[in-house]
Amino acid sequence: MPVIVRGNGKTWQKRASARQWSIWFGWLLLAALTVYCWQVMTKDTIWAFVQDAPRQAADLASRMVPPRWSYIDKLLWPLWDTINIATLGTLLGILFAVPVAFMAARNTTPSRTLVRPVALFIIVASRSINSLIWALLLVAVIGPGVLAGILAIGFRSIGFVAKLLYEAIEEIDETQVEAISATGASRAQIIDYAIVPQVLPAFCGISVFRWDINIRESTILGLVGAGGIGLQLQASLNVLAWPQVTLIFLVILATVFVSEWVSAKVRQAII
Amino acid sequence: MSGVSSRARQWTRPPVLIKSDRLRWSIYAGALIYLVLAISSVDINPARIYEGLERGWRFVQGFLVPDFTSRWSDIQQGFIESLSMTLTATVAGVLISVPIGIGAARNISPTAVYLVCRTIIALSRSLQEIIVAILFVAMFGFGPFAGFLTLSFATIGFLAKLLAEDIEDIDESQTEAIRATGASWTQLINYAVQPQVMPRLIGLSLYRLDINFRESAVIGIVGAGGIGATLNTAIDRYEYDSAGAILILIILIVMAAEYSSGYVRKWVQ
Repeated sequence: MPVIVRGNGKTWQKRASARQWSIWFGWLLLAALTVYCWQVMTKDTIWAFVQDAPRQAADLASRMVPPRWSYIDKLLWPLWDTINIATLGTLLGILFAVPVAFMAARNTTPSRTLVRPVALFIIVASRSINSLIWALLLVAVIGPGVLAGILAIGFRSIGFVAKLLYEAIEEIDETQVEAISATGASRAQIIDYAIVPQVLPAFCGISVFRWDINIRESTILGLVGAGGIGLQLQASLNVLAWPQVTLIFLVILATVFVSEWVSAKVRQAII
Repeated sequence: MSGVSSRARQWTRPPVLIKSDRLRWSIYAGALIYLVLAISSVDINPARIYEGLERGWRFVQGFLVPDFTSRWSDIQQGFIESLSMTLTATVAGVLISVPIGIGAARNISPTAVYLVCRTIIALSRSLQEIIVAILFVAMFGFGPFAGFLTLSFATIGFLAKLLAEDIEDIDESQTEAIRATGASWTQLINYAVQPQVMPRLIGLSLYRLDINFRESAVIGIVGAGGIGATLNTAIDRYEYDSAGAILILIILIVMAAEYSSGYVRKWVQ
């Protein structure tokens, strides 16, 4: 607690002045950078459009309500596809994520110098590319449809599940591993009897959590042609059928809400 | 040892997670039926996939031998837009979400304010970035400004919620001590709440900066500016080597952001 003599009295200050100045300078730098970025970003912005936005918003709102309820029977099949994309994609992701996680965890990896960096790269590459971008690529490669969506969701899930799972594997209680290996168990048996029981609840929690996120993401994959309800969204947006768009938004919201509820319940039951 | 049977004296493993046999098997059966139905409803066109394999191979080649030069000005423009959009949106989002987060903490704000702030958070969290981006592009026109608004809006829901939960978890004895000195409400926030939540707020802001950058690569697909638009164009033109270059740059930036945010977090705490 620095105390500064100012005039004839002592004043309490929160921080010493050198630190105070460096913190202040840091904030100044951030503010300057933000202003600079703002200028760069708004260089090509047409402000007339921005000023016009409230009117546009009102116009859009008047077009969007009431939603076209009769469109719902065209949405049920895409909705089933969407749920399949999310579920099968999650399963696919898990299938690949488990070995990657065991290769990435420090205590189970076969080789720290060779295998672990590769596994970590797979995780980072899969995590930094959003599933919509994966879908964009896969639609170009294997053609539009549900399969591209499933693969996109699967590829994106590998990184997420593997990262959380390998962190869980690294945090296990080593004494159990020691106990099992003292019985003369093989490597596979050690993993089966000492490691898997410890990480299984975390693994189920992570999978359900990812499934919930995947439901959310699979609703919009259709925008780039990867199947599901997003296809209908794209079609309606292209013809500016705003009442249909509203209905699709409502259906997506309801789906997301239900999946979040299911995942919360399941995670509560497991953990 | 529940699983030791007297006859064979063989240890069998107890079932995991679900104890009841009947429930376990019905869940397995249900899952199997769903899987069969789901997989059979996926129409796979082998001819199209076979045809696409060559293209897929070209993409892998493009990723291994990326072409940074031929579209460099577009790529540069895209990344400048994405990065500036990310930073401004994160700063704006944090500035807006701090008061909302304080308002949404049950222990320091009145019920009316609490309900309003929680509604704002729920609204922002339930709408996905892409959907918000579609609406903002329709209202504000194409370009990074719509992206900036989208990312700010998404940041509010994320940060305000986590900040509010953090404030609700603070050590009450410190607020009590500050209150006992006769401090006003703003002094209470400044001396009792802020020091307790600041390290985590900075950590969360950095994490959100990282997420915003990744999202900025996506919302460009619906016209909200940034690198996503460039990537979309590159793939539409079948220029997989340029697309590979963009993806590699995205991965590198995300990795750099993750490592540096780890250092900053350590330094703050």
